[in-house]
Amino acid sequence: MSASAAVPLEHVLLLGAALLAVGAFGALRRRNLLFVLVSIEVMLNGAAVAFVGAGARWQQPDGQIFVLFIMTMAAAEVAVGLALLLRIRAVTGSVDTSGLDRLRG
Amino acid sequence: MTGLFYVSAVVAVIACLAAVTRANAMHALLFLVTGLFAIALVFLALGAPFIAALEVIVYAGAIVVLFLFALMFLNFGPQAVGREMQQLGAHGWAAPAALSAVLLAALASAIVSSDPRFTAQAALTAVSPVSIEDVGASLFGGYAVAVELASLLLLVGLVGAMWIGRQRSGVLALSGTSAEPPARLAGPDSVPVPDNQREGETVT
Repeated sequence: MSASAAVPLEHVLLLGAALLAVGAFGALRRRNLLFVLVSIEVMLNGAAVAFVGAGARWQQPDGQIFVLFIMTMAAAEVAVGLALLLRIRAVTGSVDTSGLDRLRG
Repeated sequence: MTGLFYVSAVVAVIACLAAVTRANAMHALLFLVTGLFAIALVFLALGAPFIAALEVIVYAGAIVVLFLFALMFLNFGPQAVGREMQQLGAHGWAAPAALSAVLLAALASAIVSSDPRFTAQAALTAVSPVSIEDVGASLFGGYAVAVELASLLLLVGLVGAMWIGRQRSGVLALSGTSAEPPARLAGPDSVPVPDNQREGETVT
């Protein structure tokens, strides 16, 4: 399988940068915490694309290994984030970030 | 494989953009699944079939299902879409769009104008994809400590999610939470507590 015969690395990096910008836009734009977590997932996927592209460019397995670590970190982050989301909903009755300005139990 | 990369890249960007801008949370999550599948195809085109499979299994499988469970627990209700639409109205788009456009422009100028190792001459002439054997040998060779730390991170995430999301009522009540008023005991799907009642329960 002669993969990726003519894809320049910069196109892969541009795709990663585009995904990162899309995720950053969502994280800044949305007020619903669930959508903020979704946007953070999109940003992490942009980083993963850049890692896999660089790993394919230099024929090293390290890029794929770092994507594995990104997935591990994303799983832990989503678990804790969604637990916090449910807790915030139970305490404040809303998942709107603009209402979270009290910082009391 | 080249065509697969470009088609999947366009689909990924469009689907992720839809995922972060839809008002309906379920539609947004389904767009996110589409985007993750497209990113998995990008990984496949770049000669990383193992990561492509993991992207489908772990991201589009496990993580999005976790989002769906949280969405069902949250029980936004029929008026949530209208609230999101109202919040996503005409105003408020300029600053996030400008900031992320500046971010994208900075990254793109850094990528495009960089040294010739990144340019078209140094195309990804990957005659063979990086094999799973290489990834596994390196993962449990030089990265063994990082694998152990990742397992510790997952354990901490599990315990932390359990601790944060625990039910503070009945037999599961833990120390320090007994002073809460009964209004909190009905669980996450109880009616939202008004502000004047919320003030009183932070005395502990």
